[in-house]
Amino acid sequence: MYRRWLWPSFAFPGVLWLVLLFVVPFYAVLGVAFGTVDPILFQPVPIWNPLNWNVGWLTEVINRLAPGGIWFDVGIRTIVYVALSLGLSLLIGYPVAYYTARHAGRWKGVILVLIILPLWISYMMRMLAWVNLLQADGYVNRFLIFTHVLSQPRDWLGGSASTVIFALVYGYIPFLILPLFASLDRIDRSHLEAARDLGASRWSAFRTVTLPLSKTGILGGAVLITLPMFGDYYTPNIVSSSPTTSMIGNQIDLYFHGGPQPTIGAALTIVLAAFLTILMLYYMWSIHRAQREVGAVGAL
Amino acid sequence: MTAVAEPRATPRSSAFVRIRGWLRNPWGKPRFLVLITWAYILWSIVPVLIAVQFSFNATRSRTVWDSFSTRWYWGDPVDSVWHDPTLRHALVQSFKLAGADVLIAVPLGVLLALGLARWHGRGSGVSNFIMLFPLVTPEIVMGVSLLLVFTQLFTFIHTGTFAQILGHVTFSISFVVVIVRARLFSIGRQYEEAAADLGASPFVALTRVLLPLLTPAIVASAAVVFAISADDFVISQWLSKGGPTDTVPIQIYAATRAAPLPSVNAIATIMMVSTLLIVTAGFLTWRLFTRGERRTGTAAEDFGGAFNIS
Repeated sequence: MYRRWLWPSFAFPGVLWLVLLFVVPFYAVLGVAFGTVDPILFQPVPIWNPLNWNVGWLTEVINRLAPGGIWFDVGIRTIVYVALSLGLSLLIGYPVAYYTARHAGRWKGVILVLIILPLWISYMMRMLAWVNLLQADGYVNRFLIFTHVLSQPRDWLGGSASTVIFALVYGYIPFLILPLFASLDRIDRSHLEAARDLGASRWSAFRTVTLPLSKTGILGGAVLITLPMFGDYYTPNIVSSSPTTSMIGNQIDLYFHGGPQPTIGAALTIVLAAFLTILMLYYMWSIHRAQREVGAVGAL
Repeated sequence: MTAVAEPRATPRSSAFVRIRGWLRNPWGKPRFLVLITWAYILWSIVPVLIAVQFSFNATRSRTVWDSFSTRWYWGDPVDSVWHDPTLRHALVQSFKLAGADVLIAVPLGVLLALGLARWHGRGSGVSNFIMLFPLVTPEIVMGVSLLLVFTQLFTFIHTGTFAQILGHVTFSISFVVVIVRARLFSIGRQYEEAAADLGASPFVALTRVLLPLLTPAIVASAAVVFAISADDFVISQWLSKGGPTDTVPIQIYAATRAAPLPSVNAIATIMMVSTLLIVTAGFLTWRLFTRGERRTGTAAEDFGGAFNIS
C-alpha cells in the first residue's frame, strides 16, 4: 500500500545525521591519531588519506601501555577497577533483581519503580550526594565514629581506591539490575517447578535452571555497565582527583583538557575503542552461544 | 582458649543452620533476599534525599544540619541559585539543550524508527547497524570524536551551544528509535491494513491511524530524551566553550572538586525535580494511552523497559 521509496526516505534524515555526526567524527579521530603534529605550534595536523597514515603515535601509545611503559599501571588499574566494580555490582544486583522478579509479589510494582528511580536522577547529583556524605565531618564519618568503628574521621575523598570502586558501583548498578530483572522475569516458572519435581534442591535448581537462563541478562547488563566504566573519568575525578586512582579515561581527558597534545589523546581513544570493540565482539559471541544452549534446554 | 571461643561459636553456627534452613525449605520466603533488596533501595535513594535536605540548610554547611531555609534557592543575595549568574546560566543552558534535543531528536528518531522497521531494501542493514552504535559507544569516545570533528573538519561549527545541541541529538536519536520501534512491533500492521482496506490513502493511514497509536511511545521517548539530555555531563563538557555554556552537571562537577555551598545541592535538586516531573508525566501519558491494551507486564515494567536498551 505504500510506495517503495517511502520508508527509506523516512530513515534518510536520521541516517544522514548519524553519518555526519557519528561516523565522520570517528573518522576525524582516526585522521588526527594517524596524523602528524605541527613542530612549532604543537597543533595536530590530521591526515585524511588512509594510505598516508602515520602509525607513529599509535605505536607510541601502545608502548606506553605495554609492561614497563608509563601508562602500564593506569591500564591495569582501569581493568582492575572495572572488574571489581562489575563483580560487586553483580553480587549486589543479582539478588535484588532475583527477589524482584521472583518473590516480590504485590510489592513488585513498587520495588520496580524504586529500582528504576535512580536511573532518572542525574549521575552528578548522585555523586554529589556521596561527596557530601564522605566529607571529613560528613554523616559517614560521624556514624563510624559514633559506632566506634573509627576513632577519628577518615579521609575518604583523598585518593582512596575503594572509594572510587564504591562510587563506580553506586553510579552504574541501576543499569545492571534492569536487564538482570528483565531476563529473570522472563524465565518460565514451569522449568523451575519441573526441576524441583524431579528432586533438585533449591540451590541446584537455581544453579542448573535459573542461572543459565539468566545468562543473557547477566552478559547484557555487564556489557551495559562495563563499556561506560572503561571510558569513565569523572567518577575518579570527583571522589578522589588523585593521580593514584586515575583511569584510562582520565589520561584521555588530560590530553584534551590539560595537555597540549590532542594527537596522543586521539591515539589513546583509538586504542580504547579497539579494546572495547573486542570486548563487544566477545559479548556477541557469548550471547550467541548462550542462546544456543538455552535453545537446547528448551528443546529438551 | 577453647572455653573463650566456644560461646562465640554457638550463635554463629545457629545462624548458619538457620540460613541453611531457609535455603533448604522449598516454599519458605527467602528473607535474606528481602533484606538485601530493601537495603539496596535505601542505599540507592537515601543519600540523594540527604543531599536534597542540605539544599535547604540555613548555614553554609553541607554536612551539619542547622535549620530549614530557602536561602540557597533565592534568599541569599549573592550565592543563591537565583542570584548567582553562574548557576542561573547553567540552569538555563541545561533546559535549553534538553528542549532543543527533544524538539530535534524525537521527530528524527520517530521517522528513523518507522523507516528502519519497514524498509528492507539495500542499505537498511547498514543503517540499522549505525543506529545501534551510539548506544554502546562510551561517551568519552563520542566526546573526543565530536570535539575533533568540530575543530579539524567542520571548522565552521564552533564549540558552544550549537555544537552541544548537535552532540546531544546524536546520542539521543537511538533511544527514540529503540522506544518507538518496540511500540511499532507491538502494534503490528493490521490497523494500517484495515485502514487501507476501508479506503484510506497511505497518508491518511499514516497520520490518522499509525501516528495516534504511536503517541505513547513518542511521549515516552520525549521524556527519556529530556532526562538523558539533562543528565548528560560528558558531551556537554567536551563541547562547552565555558562560561554560560556550562550546564548544571558541569557546575556540579566543578563544584564538588572545589569547596561547594549548599546552592549546588539546590541547583541539583531543581534539576532532579524537573526531570522526575517530566518523566512522571511521560509515564502517566503512556499509561493513559495504553490503558486496556493487552500487556506483557505492568506499565512500570513497560516504561522502564523503554529505557533498558540491551
